[in-house]
Amino acid sequence: MIFSLAVYAAPYSSQASYSAYKFAMATLEQGHKLHRIFFYQDGAHNATNLASPPQDEFNLQQAWQSLAKDHNLDLVVCIAAALRRGVLNESEAKRYNKPSHNLADEFTISGLGQLVEAAVVSDRLISFG
Amino acid sequence: MSTLHTINKSPYSHNTLTSCLAVCSENDGILLLEDGVFGAITSAPVADELQKLIQNGISVFALISDIKARGLEDKLAPNIKLVDYNIFVQLTINHRSVQSWY
Amino acid sequence: MSKKILLISRQAPYGKSTAREAIDIALAASVYDQDIGILFMDDGVFQLLKNQQSNQIDQKNIASILPALALYGIENIYAHQESLNARAIRADELILDNLQLLNNKDVGSLLNQQDHLLSF
Repeated sequence: MIFSLAVYAAPYSSQASYSAYKFAMATLEQGHKLHRIFFYQDGAHNATNLASPPQDEFNLQQAWQSLAKDHNLDLVVCIAAALRRGVLNESEAKRYNKPSHNLADEFTISGLGQLVEAAVVSDRLISFG
Repeated sequence: MSTLHTINKSPYSHNTLTSCLAVCSENDGILLLEDGVFGAITSAPVADELQKLIQNGISVFALISDIKARGLEDKLAPNIKLVDYNIFVQLTINHRSVQSWY
Repeated sequence: MSKKILLISRQAPYGKSTAREAIDIALAASVYDQDIGILFMDDGVFQLLKNQQSNQIDQKNIASILPALALYGIENIYAHQESLNARAIRADELILDNLQLLNNKDVGSLLNQQDHLLSF
C-alpha cells in the first residue's frame, strides 16, 4: 500500500506530530511505501533546525531527519505555512532579505499542491493534528 | 465501504467524540489516541453511547501506549480493544478512508 | 482515475487559522482535476454566516472567499444540518446558496463514499 501523512500540529506543544512519527515508523516496518509526509499549519515547526530540546528529551525534529535519511522519505513543508511561521530555506531567506535560514536537512519547502498530489497518488492519507 | 475515525481529544473538554458518534455508521471503526483515550474509561461523558455503538457493530480501539502513559489501564470500559501502532496501520488499511477528529 | 476527496472543516473562522487553511487546500486542489467536496460541520458552519467584517481584526474575509469555491470547480459544498440547528443559524443567514444540507446519517454515508478525508 502507498501511504502519505499530513501533519498539522507543532511538535512538543501537542502529541500529534509524535503520533505521526510513530505511525510512519510502523508503515515502514510493515513494508508499505511512504510516498510523502506533508507538514502544514503549525506542523511547519517540525522543520526548524533551531529547536534545541534538553538532552534527556525526545528530539522529534532530529527523529524526522534520521527517519527520512534511512528510508529516503519526502518530507515537504507547505511554503505558505512555513514562511508565515518563520521557517525558511536559503533561497526564501534571500528573497525576503532575512539574516538567516533554518530549514532542517531532509525537509523541502513546496506548495500546497504537494498535499493534493499525495492524496492522488496514495492509497491512504492519514492526518495528524 | 467504511471509515476509520480517530479521536485525539479528551471528551471531558472537547466535542470531537460526540460529533464522531453522531455521524459514524455501521462497520466503521473508532480509534482513540493521545488525549482521546480518556474516552475509553468507564466514567467518560459518552461512555453509555459508546457501549451502545459497540453493541451495534462499531469497533472501538484505543492506543495502548497512550492508555498506559496516562495510567488508565484499570479504568477501561468493556469491549474496547487495545492496539499498538502496527494494528493502527492495519486498521487504516481495513477501512477505505480515515477521518481524524481534532 | 480521479479520486473522491472530501475536506471536512469543523473550526470557526478567525480564532484559529484552521478554517482559512482548509479553504486554501480546496483552492489548491482544483488544478488537480479530482472530485473535491467540502463539508462544514460543528463550529465550521460559523464560516458560512453573512455580515462578517473581518477587517475589524485585520484578517481576510472568509465569507468573501467562500463564493470562489464554485469558480474553482468545487460544486459539492455541504453543511451539516444538526450543526446549523444547534447554533440557531437559519438558511437565509448563509453566504452560499448552493449548499447541500446533510443530516447525521447523510454525513455518515458521504464519508463512506470518499477515497480520502482531509480534516480540519
